[in-house]
Amino acid sequence: MSTERELMRVVIVGHVDHGKSTLVGRLFHDTGSLADGKLEQIKGMCERRGMPFEWAFLMDAFQSERDQGITIDTAQIWFKTPKRDYTIIDAPGHREFIKNMITGAASAEAAIMLIDASQGVQQQSRTHAFLLNLLGIRQIIVVVNKMDLAGCDERTFAAIKAEYVRYLDEIGIVPNFVIPAVARDGDNLVHRSERMGWYQDGTLISALDSFQSQGELRALPLRLPIQDVYKFDDRRILAGRIVSGRLKVGDRLLFSPSNKVARVKTIEAWNAEPPLEAEPGQSIGIITDEQIFIERGEIASHEKAAPIETNVFHGRLFWLGRKPLTRGDTYRLRMLSRDVQVTVERIEAIYDPDSLSQRPAETVERNEIADVVLRSYALLALDEADDNPQTGRFVLSDGANIVAGGTISMRDYPDQRKLVTVRSTNITAVAHRITNTQRVSRNGHKGGVLWFTGLSGAGKSTIAMAVEQELFRRGYQTYVLDGDNVRRGLNSNLSFSPEDRAENIRRVGEVAALFADSGQIVVTAFISPYRSDRRRARAAAKDGFHEIYIKASLETCEKRDPKGLYRRARSGEIAEFTGVTAPYETPDAPELTIDTDRLSVEESVAAVLDYVDRKFRKHS
Amino acid sequence: MNHLDRLEAQSVYILREAFNRIEKLAMLWSLGKDSNVMVWLAKKAFFGHVPFPVMHIDTEKKFPEMYAFRDRYAQEWNLSLIADKCPPVEEVDQTLPPAARSAARKTLGLRNAIERYGFNGIIAGIRRDEEAVRSKERVFSPRGESGQWDFRDQPPEFWDYFNTDLPPGTHLRVHPLLHWTEMDIWRYIAREKIPMVELYFARNGKRYRSLGDQDITFPIDSKASTIEEIIIELEQTRAPERAGRAMDRETEDAFERLRAAGYM
Repeated sequence: MSTERELMRVVIVGHVDHGKSTLVGRLFHDTGSLADGKLEQIKGMCERRGMPFEWAFLMDAFQSERDQGITIDTAQIWFKTPKRDYTIIDAPGHREFIKNMITGAASAEAAIMLIDASQGVQQQSRTHAFLLNLLGIRQIIVVVNKMDLAGCDERTFAAIKAEYVRYLDEIGIVPNFVIPAVARDGDNLVHRSERMGWYQDGTLISALDSFQSQGELRALPLRLPIQDVYKFDDRRILAGRIVSGRLKVGDRLLFSPSNKVARVKTIEAWNAEPPLEAEPGQSIGIITDEQIFIERGEIASHEKAAPIETNVFHGRLFWLGRKPLTRGDTYRLRMLSRDVQVTVERIEAIYDPDSLSQRPAETVERNEIADVVLRSYALLALDEADDNPQTGRFVLSDGANIVAGGTISMRDYPDQRKLVTVRSTNITAVAHRITNTQRVSRNGHKGGVLWFTGLSGAGKSTIAMAVEQELFRRGYQTYVLDGDNVRRGLNSNLSFSPEDRAENIRRVGEVAALFADSGQIVVTAFISPYRSDRRRARAAAKDGFHEIYIKASLETCEKRDPKGLYRRARSGEIAEFTGVTAPYETPDAPELTIDTDRLSVEESVAAVLDYVDRKFRKHS
Repeated sequence: MNHLDRLEAQSVYILREAFNRIEKLAMLWSLGKDSNVMVWLAKKAFFGHVPFPVMHIDTEKKFPEMYAFRDRYAQEWNLSLIADKCPPVEEVDQTLPPAARSAARKTLGLRNAIERYGFNGIIAGIRRDEEAVRSKERVFSPRGESGQWDFRDQPPEFWDYFNTDLPPGTHLRVHPLLHWTEMDIWRYIAREKIPMVELYFARNGKRYRSLGDQDITFPIDSKASTIEEIIIELEQTRAPERAGRAMDRETEDAFERLRAAGYM
C-alpha cells in the first residue's frame, strides 16, 4: 500500500474577475489532476451554450453560477504534486460574499492572492490581505495574473509588486513569493513561462511545495477544551480535542475557569491501544483520578502555564451580521466549547483596510472590521492571539447564526485568576482582622456545622428547623441550609445527575464552612448519601464539623413519605432515588446519631440541643 | 498525526459536537462504504457506543447482500436501527428524469422519518469530492421546513465553529465525512479493518464502486478483489466515482435539483 501523503489547504483570494477560477482550472489540468472526461464534459457544455471554452467552468459547477458568470460559494477541490496533495479553497471575490470568503479562508494553511496586471491593486486585494492577516494565515503567494495584457512587461510587474508589497508590509504581511503569470495559458503555474524569461524565481507549484504544514502548535502550552462528558458505561470520560500542547497520562491538569485540579488516569480509546500521550488536533477522551465536577466549556491546561482568566477583553473582529453591531448589545460569545453571553462595552475604532485608517463609530456595519471591548458576567479562560492562535480567538452569534469572528488582546486588562480565591490553586487566603476568639467572645459560642445526613423522610428538615428555632431563642447565631432552598438559587444550575449531586453537596459544604467561620452554627439538611461527599464537607469546615446521622429505617421513611417521593420512585417516575434505586452510605463514625424510629420529634430536637450546649458553649 | 489520523480526529470532533448540541439526532446508514466508516467513527467518538439511532431509508430495491449486511452488523455493532420503507415512486416529483425520480423516493422517505420521529439533526456521509454540488456543502447545514437546502445563502462556518442553533421547524444536516476523499475512505477501511458489503470486491471482472438501488446502479470493469487492490485501482483510475450512478448525469442539473429538494 502506498505511504500516506500530506495534505495542505490553500485558499485563493482576489478581486472579482481577476481570474481565480481560471487559475484553478488550469492548475488542475497542468498537474494532471482532472478526472477523465471532465475536460470533455465542460467543453461539451460550452458548445451547447455557444460559448468559448472557459477553464473557470470547472469550479463554477452550479447552474446558477454558470448563468450569472460568478462563483457563489466556497468550493473545495483537490490537486496533487509529487510532494503532497492540495485542497484548493476558492473564495469568491465579490464584496457581498465576504462571509463565504472567510468561511473558506479560515481553515487554510497558505494563501494565493491574485492580482490582475492590467488593473493593478484594487480595494479587494487590500481587504482580502487584511482579512487573511486577521485569520492568522502567514504563508502567502502573490500571483500577478493576465501578464499578457501588460505585454508580459517586467517593469509593469515590478511596479505592481512594489505597490502591493508596501501595503502588505504596513499590515504586517511579508509575501513569500510574488509571481508573474498568465493563468489561462499556464505561464509560471506548473511550467516556467517562456514569454517572461526575465522572471527567475519559482513557479506557483514550486512555491507551494516549499511551504510547511503547521507544526508550531505542539510547542505551545497545553489547551484541551472540554467538549462533553460521557457516561455511556461505568466510565466517566471527559472528551475534547487538544488545540495546542501535549498531554500525558499522569499529568496534573488544571481546569479553567472552575480551577479544579485532577490527574490524568487514562486516555481512553476504542479499537486501538489506549495512548499514553496526545498532541494538537487529536480528539481524545480522558479519565481523571478524582471525580470532579467538570462541564463542557472548561479548558484543561497544566498548572504552570494556565490560560488567562478575565471577564473583559479587546477583540478585533470582522462583522458579518445583517443588523449592525451596536454598543450595549448582547451576543453569544463562543470560545472553543465555551458559550456565554457578552455585552459590547465599547466600539474603539473601525478599520478601513483600504487606507489602513481608523475612525470612531457607534455601530459596525456588515463586512466592517472593528476593535471592540467585550464584557461577560461569567469568568472566561482565554489567551491572547499573539500567544495562542487557537485560544486567542472567538466568534459571536446572534440567534442561530455566527455573526462575527475575531482575535483577542488583553492590553491594559489584568489576569483575574489571582483575584479569584480558590482552594485548588496556590492562592494565599486573606487574613481577617477579626480573630476567631473575638467572634466567640462576642457571640458567646463557637461557630460550626451540624451536618444532618439520612434518608429522605428520616426527619432531617423537621428537626433542623426546630433546632434552629430553639437555638435562636437561646441566643445562638444560627441558620439552616436546606436542600430545596439552596437549589432555588446558589445551585439552580445543577441537575440531579450523580456529578451534579456531588457538586451540590460540595457547594453546600463550602458555604456551610464560611457560615461557621463567621461564627454561626449552621445546620445543613441534605440526604448527602455518599461518604466521599461528607468527607469533603468535613475537610472544608475542619474542626467545626459535626456529622449528625438522622437514622430511620427505609420502611419507616417510606411509610412517612411526606412528599410522596417514595411512591413516585417505586412507580419508576423518579429514576434515581436514594434508598430505592440509589445507595445510601451510612456514616462510619458520626459525632451523634438520632434514631427517629425510637425518638419523637421533640426528643430528637432535645438530643441535638443538648449536644450543642455541650460542644459549642464558650467555655466548653 | 498522519493524514488519516487528522481526518478521523476531525470527524470525531464533528460527531461529538452534533451529539452535544442537537437534541434529537439520527445517523443515516445506507450500508455503503462511506456510511459504514461513519458508524465506525461514531464508535470511535463515543468509545464503543453509538448513542443515537442509525437509520436506513429502505427503498426495498437494495441488493440482497446489503440487507444481509445490515441485519448482521446492526446486531454486531449494537446499533439502534430504524429501517422504515420509502413511499411508492408515484408520490415523487414527476418532472424529474426516471433515475432521479427513483432517488427522490429516498428524499421523501427521509422527510417522512424526520417527521415521524421528530429528529432535528441528521448525520449524513456525503463527501466534497464525490460530486461538484456536494463540494459546496457546510459541515452543519441547515434545512428548511420541508428539508430543502438554500445553497445561495449559507451561514458562515469557520475555525470549526458550527451553526448549531436552528429555528423551529427546521433541521440540521451534519456531514462528518465532508473532508474525506474516496481514497481516504478505502485507506481507512484497510487500516481499521472495517467490514464491507462484498459487492465492492470484483467477481467475474466486475465490481461496484458506489452502491445505490439495484435498478439505477451499475458495476465497473475491475479485477480488484481486495481492499489493497481497490486502492491500487483508485490510484490509477481517472474515472469519476459516481460514474455508475445513472441519476447524476441524466440532465445537467438533475443532481443539483435533488440536493436542493433535500437529497443526501
